[in-house]
Amino acid sequence: MSLRFEPRLTRDWDDPSVIGLEGYIAKGGYRGLAKALAMSDADIVEVVKSSGLRGRGGAGFPAGMKWGFVPRDTGKPTYVVVNFDESEPGTCNNRELVERDPHRLLEGMAIAALAIGCETAYIYVRGEYLWQSLVLERAIADAYAAGHLGPDVQGSGKRIDAVLHRGAGAYICGEETALLNSLEGLRGQPRLRPPFPAVEGLFASPTVINNVETLMNVPDILVRGADWFRELGTEKSPGTKMVTVSGKVERPGNFEVPLGTPFRVVLDELAGGVLGGRALKAWTPGGSSTPMLTEGHLEVGLDYESLAEAGSMLGTAAIMVMDDTDCVVDCATRMVRFYAHESCGKCTPCREGSWWATRVLERLEDGQGEAADLPIMHDLGTNLLFRAFCALADGTASVINSSLQHFPDEYEAHVRLGRCPLKVEHLEEVPA
Amino acid sequence: MAVFEGPVRADADSILARYPEAHRRSAVMPLLYLAQSVEGFVTRDALREIGMLLGITTAEVEAVASFYTMFRLRPTGTHVISVCTNLACKLRGAEAVFEAAHEASGVVHGAELSDDGLFTVHEEECLGVCDFAPAVQINFCNHDNVTPERMRELVAGLRAGEVPSPARGPAFDSFKAASRALAGVEEVASA
Repeated sequence: MSLRFEPRLTRDWDDPSVIGLEGYIAKGGYRGLAKALAMSDADIVEVVKSSGLRGRGGAGFPAGMKWGFVPRDTGKPTYVVVNFDESEPGTCNNRELVERDPHRLLEGMAIAALAIGCETAYIYVRGEYLWQSLVLERAIADAYAAGHLGPDVQGSGKRIDAVLHRGAGAYICGEETALLNSLEGLRGQPRLRPPFPAVEGLFASPTVINNVETLMNVPDILVRGADWFRELGTEKSPGTKMVTVSGKVERPGNFEVPLGTPFRVVLDELAGGVLGGRALKAWTPGGSSTPMLTEGHLEVGLDYESLAEAGSMLGTAAIMVMDDTDCVVDCATRMVRFYAHESCGKCTPCREGSWWATRVLERLEDGQGEAADLPIMHDLGTNLLFRAFCALADGTASVINSSLQHFPDEYEAHVRLGRCPLKVEHLEEVPA
Repeated sequence: MAVFEGPVRADADSILARYPEAHRRSAVMPLLYLAQSVEGFVTRDALREIGMLLGITTAEVEAVASFYTMFRLRPTGTHVISVCTNLACKLRGAEAVFEAAHEASGVVHGAELSDDGLFTVHEEECLGVCDFAPAVQINFCNHDNVTPERMRELVAGLRAGEVPSPARGPAFDSFKAASRALAGVEEVASA
């Protein structure tokens, strides 16, 4: 299969002028917003529903349906919150989308605001994205000056304000209810649901939280229509998806592909294959929290359904590639240590389980593990999954369970040999 | 107030104005960045004064400050070197870069800063630059595809008073200057 399609989200990436308002307008920018202003809010929701656009932040929930859940008769304000906390290890496509095309995000955000009758939208940017937040601040100032944001959007009499809020280094704030707490000036810990944010979100008011890539799809859906959007992708996963490929590949980077594109095409045609022509060992399809897959899954399509069928998830479509020189136990140790560090401490299974799993993995990798450690790992994986408020613990469980499932021999070899079978310095010390 | 006085108080007021009056507490994170930009880290005085500005207790402010890694509650180097060692960067050699950052800066593993007060080294959990791994930030400015040799050059440059050009965006010459930008009170640079 060769990859031929008309790029959407990345179509202006070769033109650095679109970072500025004039360049964006020259490419047809803010026409989707103009169209939305001429429509009823119910019609905006309907066209996004018909497009089948699903949330690009990991969960894949239909965006139009999310907007449709917002009650309009509560007497409270409604809010749009842009989730630009992109923190899933291996994921950086939102960063590049905003660096290259910031106004498309503001336009999508403004259309979402119209769809739910919102007058103030908040953009939550992870603190480490300092440059990208400055790009957005500039874009917001220019959009205000040109009347695409502010008290009288494009002369419609409607108000849409945008407030940029910076995070400060906490993975869990990408979880939408933790993000809301952080935005309210609290520790970023997740909330019990229900109530869902659509009913009681920011400041206890109806709130829609959307990922950057999700919103950046919206302007073209308004301009070109739901049927056009469905021309690419699959029936249940329409449109394109940004994928990030990193780790042991020749050309790491962010690439746009139609949903359903097989992993092999992304690996070989876009990322240039495994680094140095080595053999593929393992890969994460959607960041470190999605169960890792193997070379046996090269033909799996990158879409919500196909990856679920393969036992994993599309997640953020962050593909991290490990080759045959990489130790799966070593990689799992690093990923689980991340979850132990980022656990907010609210739920016991996550707080204690991720810490304990890190200790067990470290001693296995150091060659000090015992046969009894493998059932402990299985036990931890089982007891972390679906036992906490949010999905952070499930990410920990994914690493543990998938590495044990696909590479049991490698775990056993660590115990049997009393060392990591792949570490060169160990091979020199201990004759095999 | 010792921290939020004069022009800093005016900056604090501009931060408070971003949020609805009934939800002043939302300003706690930018106010922490602002305090950090004045004193180089978040002091006890700053925690108390932010509480007074927001009508919450010092403990409530500290609960937030201690939750996030970008707020520093103890004396911090003039420059903060952040090295990602998570999987995408680890697979491209980040552990050697992290080692080189310690050796070159003189920060002992587990220590807060170097003896000369110039550097803090921080192990990062994914900086979102997996496409240019190993990823490093110096004062929250990105440096791409960093090798141990490049890390030693960067540190030597900082010692000589040079501000290294980042891969993207403007350079901030200190942790304090970057914290001020993070508070969102700087004039927005042109795109």
